Amino acid sequence: MNDFALLIPEFLVAGLAFFILALDLFLKENWKQYLAWVGFVGVVAILVISLFVESEGQLYDGLLEFDEFTKFFRIFFLVIAAVAVVISREYVESKLKYPGEYYGILLFTLLGAMLLASSAELLTAYINLELLSFGLYVLVGYERYNAKSNEAAVKYILLGAFSSALILFGISQIYGILGTTRFDEMSVAFSALPSIYPGLAVGFVLIVSGLGFKLAAVPFHMWAPDVYEGAPLPITAWLSVASKAAALALAMRLFAEGFFTVFGEWQPIIIVIAASTMVVGNLLALVQKNMKRLLAYSSIGHMGYLLMGLAALVPIVGDGTTTEKFSNLVSNGLLFHMVSYGFTSMAAFLCVIVVYNKTGRDDISGLAGLSKRQPLVSLVLVSALFSMAGLPVFVGFASKFYLFNAVGGQGLLWLVGLAIVMSLISLYYYLMVARQLYIESSEDGSPISVSFPTKVVLGGLFGVMIVLGVYPAPLMAAIQRATDAIVSGNLLSLV
Amino acid sequence: MVGVLVVLEGMDSFVLLCLLGLPMLGAVILLFVPAGALKVVKVVAVTVSFVVAVLAIYIFVSFDETAGAVQFQKIYRWLPLPGPWGAGDNAITLSLGVDGVGATMVLLTGIVMLTGTLISWNVSEATKDFFILYFVLLAGVFGVFITFDLFFFFLFYELSVLPMYLLIGKWGSTSQFKGFARTKEYSAMKLTLVLVAGSVLIWIAIIAIFFQAGIGTFSILEIQEVSNSAFSPTFQNIFFPLLMVGFGILAGLWPFHTWSPDGHVAAPTAVSMVHAGVLMKLGAFGIIRVGLVLMPIGAETWMPLLIVLGAVNVIYGAVSAMGQTDLKYVIGYSSVSHMGYVLMGIATLNVLGMSGAVLQMFSHGIMTALFFAVAGMIYDRTHTRDTLVLEGMAKRMGVISVLFTVAGLTSLGLPGMSGFVAELLVFLGVFQSYGILGTVLGSLAVVGAALTAIYILRLLSKVFFGPTPAMWESQTDSGSRELLAAGILVAIIFSVGLWPFPYIEVIESGVNPILAMIPGAR
Repeated sequence: MNDFALLIPEFLVAGLAFFILALDLFLKENWKQYLAWVGFVGVVAILVISLFVESEGQLYDGLLEFDEFTKFFRIFFLVIAAVAVVISREYVESKLKYPGEYYGILLFTLLGAMLLASSAELLTAYINLELLSFGLYVLVGYERYNAKSNEAAVKYILLGAFSSALILFGISQIYGILGTTRFDEMSVAFSALPSIYPGLAVGFVLIVSGLGFKLAAVPFHMWAPDVYEGAPLPITAWLSVASKAAALALAMRLFAEGFFTVFGEWQPIIIVIAASTMVVGNLLALVQKNMKRLLAYSSIGHMGYLLMGLAALVPIVGDGTTTEKFSNLVSNGLLFHMVSYGFTSMAAFLCVIVVYNKTGRDDISGLAGLSKRQPLVSLVLVSALFSMAGLPVFVGFASKFYLFNAVGGQGLLWLVGLAIVMSLISLYYYLMVARQLYIESSEDGSPISVSFPTKVVLGGLFGVMIVLGVYPAPLMAAIQRATDAIVSGNLLSLV
Repeated sequence: MVGVLVVLEGMDSFVLLCLLGLPMLGAVILLFVPAGALKVVKVVAVTVSFVVAVLAIYIFVSFDETAGAVQFQKIYRWLPLPGPWGAGDNAITLSLGVDGVGATMVLLTGIVMLTGTLISWNVSEATKDFFILYFVLLAGVFGVFITFDLFFFFLFYELSVLPMYLLIGKWGSTSQFKGFARTKEYSAMKLTLVLVAGSVLIWIAIIAIFFQAGIGTFSILEIQEVSNSAFSPTFQNIFFPLLMVGFGILAGLWPFHTWSPDGHVAAPTAVSMVHAGVLMKLGAFGIIRVGLVLMPIGAETWMPLLIVLGAVNVIYGAVSAMGQTDLKYVIGYSSVSHMGYVLMGIATLNVLGMSGAVLQMFSHGIMTALFFAVAGMIYDRTHTRDTLVLEGMAKRMGVISVLFTVAGLTSLGLPGMSGFVAELLVFLGVFQSYGILGTVLGSLAVVGAALTAIYILRLLSKVFFGPTPAMWESQTDSGSRELLAAGILVAIIFSVGLWPFPYIEVIESGVNPILAMIPGAR
């Protein structure tokens, strides 16, 4: 018997999306600017509701798994979506047409992300991933008369479709050999196998490639800078946080449940991808002149750190068997750094959006003298960048320390050393932006005005970056509950 | 004053938290003060600095040197750590406390902070932002000196580096040389990146220490108890150099010292005072607090190298200082030279040398703060620091010249001033250790002091005493506010020089337990 109460937040998000699409038909042109507030209030209401609804159980015979892990991601996505809707408001008003479809599709991608976090079966996961991706394809190309936006959309669709095909092929390989696509049955089937068949390895590599594309991991990262640059700015922000977090949620559940028992076979691949991702992302960021591209490469670098956590999720002891010695520490670090990256990214993008709305510039030198023209935006931006660089007292320091420390404990000290060096390199390009903000002066010294709602969001994100950095204990308690759900001791009996 | 002390008596357990929190609170208050309200900004800045200085003095005075050990201790749980040590049982803790070494450094920081605030009174551009960053910097510095937890130690260590880029890049000054310019942006970037590169090494070592200890805590005091059994000699020999070099970079260890003269010259006066006076001491302090305490065997292995590098620092810094024509570069290189004594003193691993090193940290901090303050006063008036242009300043700047002379004489180790006591202890310590090597290096160190005399006396005779050219006839002498700041520093220099025993007793109470941990300590 299916308990559909579990899906209440998802139903509500879908309902809200349809409601906004329908409302758009009846509104006069000058009323359409209020659609953003409808979306925002709706998302916040759903957020409150999802805090209280029942969240333990299964649906459709285990295709969807609802646990604390699901709940954690659901709330994270809703919070980020609420921020994304608010920061879209002025941009959509001034630069884009058809706000109804914009917010509607944005909410559908939110739905895809939320469902992805609860998928416990490969094909379900695939469908939800497509729900997320298709919405993003449309949104990336939303600036119809902007050539760059169109170029970005075409690149994203072609490469996205290709990676989807890879994932599907990988799923078929795994189903063909194991006879199941459910995560829990997969780990049992794996441990029953006498040896790892080549077909399985192919399937795994294909799935990892597909996920690597969604995460913009090297060598599947080529699309990211172009798409980041071409897409409307709020969509870039949403894309860089939500779609990556969703892919990460899927990867964590897949690796911790599906591939747990044979993790030793796959770990080297993830390590290589993680190492090359952080090296390439951070080195290429050094030479960027455009703020969007800089943030794109810096986000690739951050994906490298997160993949490093993924590689250390299940440690391998000397004789090749798995143990879960510190895996709770690692998975906590992973989620902590993901949350930290999510909020700091949103803050950085919001600052870029504000400047772009008023001055039309998104290159780094366009930020010159911002500390005099708009001190608040400048303060938030520099804090976000320092947080990404991993400097205290911002959340980036605590989360990086936690994650790197945890990975170091899994015997990957050399990889952590590499990550720390890369983090030092990243400091250089973040400081170059800080230099524009505070040291250089601009020829146009006119103040930039910021609307009140934007100020509130800026202040809020700034507060989140500081509070989570100084007092992360409540967040970590929630993360602990989430990771307990997927990294549980009963899997160890299968080893 | 008595009333204040009574109030403080009641809050002994929170006094360190206040020391940490007040600069932060000051920064937060300033954040909400309108940028135009200069008076308010300055009143807040001075009030906070004064209260913090009083707290620092209180901590030093009421530190019980007969009891030794860690005092004013207070531990707060911060974040639980899951793992094989039992979920939720262990946590990252904010573990506050001071030992004899820490108390001395806290006193130094408090004094330099107050005088630095007084000196930066006339920062005219974005005064509010300047003091916010200045307070963040000092919160970090205090934090390092009073935490006994590796996580927070590292957090505060990084926090004290964070504001440097903006402080130098925005309020600093560019130096023009004949063929090229050292821009402030260049110096700021160099300083920040080199220092963070140092913390890369420290970070790796901290992670290794945490997991090798295997007890799920970052607390230095707890790890110290298991360090004998948990850290094999091989482990210590591999990871001690990471700490030694990582912290050494901040202490100006040769050949990683090049950030220091550039950074100190480009920085605004108060930041030079704090950076050369206090921040460089964080490096030496880190070697003692983390390196020696947690890896005594590794320390023994590597100390001969450190003492040699320290000697190179002394000579190299002094020789470089002789060739400089920029007043601040002379002081910058003299800092490199004097930090060499600190490193040599630590490397002796005996009571005399270590106490001398810590006293030298204190003495050099005060002396360099005075040096940079005076250099700043001269630059404010003449807008040049070129020793080829500055001549015979004593005629119009009598007080400033006296102040510079005091700092200079302290620097070359004249008896009666703090530098003499500290350097004498270091020399004695070095001669006692490492047999022939110690004798040779000790002699070199004494030669270094003689070289210091050469460049300091030459500078004094050229820049201050001598005929005054017409262009410098219309200069003004120091104002009362500057005099107050410098007077505090001068008073401390003489108090340490004439009656060093209260300081040495406190320092020894901190040094002795550390040396007791080291098997081959002499």
